[in-house]
Amino acid sequence: MAEPTELTTQTAARLAALIAAGEVSAVAVTQAHLDRIAATEPSVHAFLHVDAEGALAAAAEVDRARAAGEPLGPLAGVPVAVKDAFTTRGVPTTSGSRILADWRPPYDATVVARLRDAGLVILGKTNMDEFAMGSSTEYSAFGPTRNPWDLARIPGGSGGGSAAALAAYQAPLSIGSDTGGSIRQPGAVTGTVGAKPTYGGTSRYGLIAFSSSLDTPGPCGRTVADTAALHTVIAGHDPRDSTSIPQQVPDLVGAAARGGEGDLSGVRLGLVRELSGQGAEPGVAAAFRDAVTTLTKLGAEVVEVSCPHFEYALPAYYLIAPSECSSNLARFDGVRYGLRAGDDGVRSLEEVMSLTREAGFGPEVKRRVMLGTYALSSGYYDAYYGQAQKVRTLISRDFAAAFEQADVLISPTTPFVAFPFGQRTDDPYQMYLADLYTIPSNLYGGPAISVPSGLADGLPVGFQVMAPTLADDRMYHVAAALESALPARRPPQLEPGSSIGG
Amino acid sequence: MTTISRDEVAHLARLARLAVTEQELDTFAGQLDVILQAVARVGEVTAGEIPPTSHAVPLTNVLRPDEVTPSLPVAEALAQAPDAAEGRFRVPRILDEEE
Repeated sequence: MAEPTELTTQTAARLAALIAAGEVSAVAVTQAHLDRIAATEPSVHAFLHVDAEGALAAAAEVDRARAAGEPLGPLAGVPVAVKDAFTTRGVPTTSGSRILADWRPPYDATVVARLRDAGLVILGKTNMDEFAMGSSTEYSAFGPTRNPWDLARIPGGSGGGSAAALAAYQAPLSIGSDTGGSIRQPGAVTGTVGAKPTYGGTSRYGLIAFSSSLDTPGPCGRTVADTAALHTVIAGHDPRDSTSIPQQVPDLVGAAARGGEGDLSGVRLGLVRELSGQGAEPGVAAAFRDAVTTLTKLGAEVVEVSCPHFEYALPAYYLIAPSECSSNLARFDGVRYGLRAGDDGVRSLEEVMSLTREAGFGPEVKRRVMLGTYALSSGYYDAYYGQAQKVRTLISRDFAAAFEQADVLISPTTPFVAFPFGQRTDDPYQMYLADLYTIPSNLYGGPAISVPSGLADGLPVGFQVMAPTLADDRMYHVAAALESALPARRPPQLEPGSSIGG
Repeated sequence: MTTISRDEVAHLARLARLAVTEQELDTFAGQLDVILQAVARVGEVTAGEIPPTSHAVPLTNVLRPDEVTPSLPVAEALAQAPDAAEGRFRVPRILDEEE
């Protein structure tokens, strides 16, 4: 694989500074990343669509605005990759599904519009598990993404493309969506940073819906500071999303900068007993213990907290998410957009719908649609979906009680490091365990971040920081402190022996 | 607790408008059974009056002024349709000829 260039190994903050100072053009930065994508895509497959023409035009516009002395946003001219779950006007958007293979949306998602308004350069759309259902990107209808650390292993899911693009130096920033861990879990297994904002803190308008009460758009980066800066660009109230919170976003960039100074005195970390080891590989548990020791040395106080209902989070999630998905995916019926199959002039509408969905949906989507249909059906509703909603209340109470004792809660991000392709696809429930530690915060709605915390068996391990609703700044503070105290670990076959510049 | 039969899977597939194959019926019956047995654990949490939570943010009645704003032009809305005619989405027949 070709070595990354100097420009592609920089942080987003450094690139923005170089562009703002006129030391390098946005077009040159964009072209360097497009070249890197061309060189590495045959082995990584992080993208479903690369929009070279659109990216270069957007970069040229930033260069023009700078030359004209117009004010630029803090990340103007910096390239970003966007998960294919977000609509992009006129640019193919598939959500990883065959049913949307040729779809070009007539509008931009709010997150995408905010990226454009802030002068970021959208390189293209990243690969994902179909409709964001999966934990390995093996359920993409267009083939899996490979983990740049080891091409025989999964890059996590469903945002495997967004995470792998960062780890392969194809983009310094990317956008993901997190329903049960789809930003944080890929971040953990690719050695990158991924944050799930407070639910309602980022707009879902134009995010193709999977599970509406859980779906949360969020930022991905190679550093905590970059991730906080991207989060700031996309966050904030959107009147087009009725679940969007009409409240000020806290100072995330400032919080990350404070954390970067490496002082955590006065910060209470809640070690969640129920998420501290069960089901975890020994290497993951060891890396987590080492990270906790590091945080203690930075002055943090560690208190053990108990969240007794977290053991029901995974079962509750796998009732709530499929139930909402079975409803949300009813719109894919071959009538208004997307695939239509079996329309021979003789078959009825119902037959055409059924054949369209059979041809257009992959196995995991079908499993979840049927699971949700079952959980919502008469006679089972109270035992399954109704009960899962009660569990959700109990989990939120657990969080509230734990935040009485601690400022943030900590855990490993995932129970295991990146596994080889095919290892879990035959047993769907084994695959579901990948999100064991990330799901509770989705059910509760608070923010959570995964930050790299070392290696196990030569593969990255993630450290998770969970914060109370709307206290997104707290997680950046702690994550940046941990990052500052650990050596940077980069994919070995891509960049031997060096760390990110800037 | 649960065993889900092949016939039940076929029924669910009909409800969900999915034309599953014979082989899929077998595969899904086995897999859904495993998943349902695992998620049925939520039933253990029955004690007391626990209100359900459907949503992380308890917002109600998000209102806006009732103002007319531009909507997607018809041509753009139809541009991605599998089939369109006379400014409308064209769909296969809904009723059988004898009905």
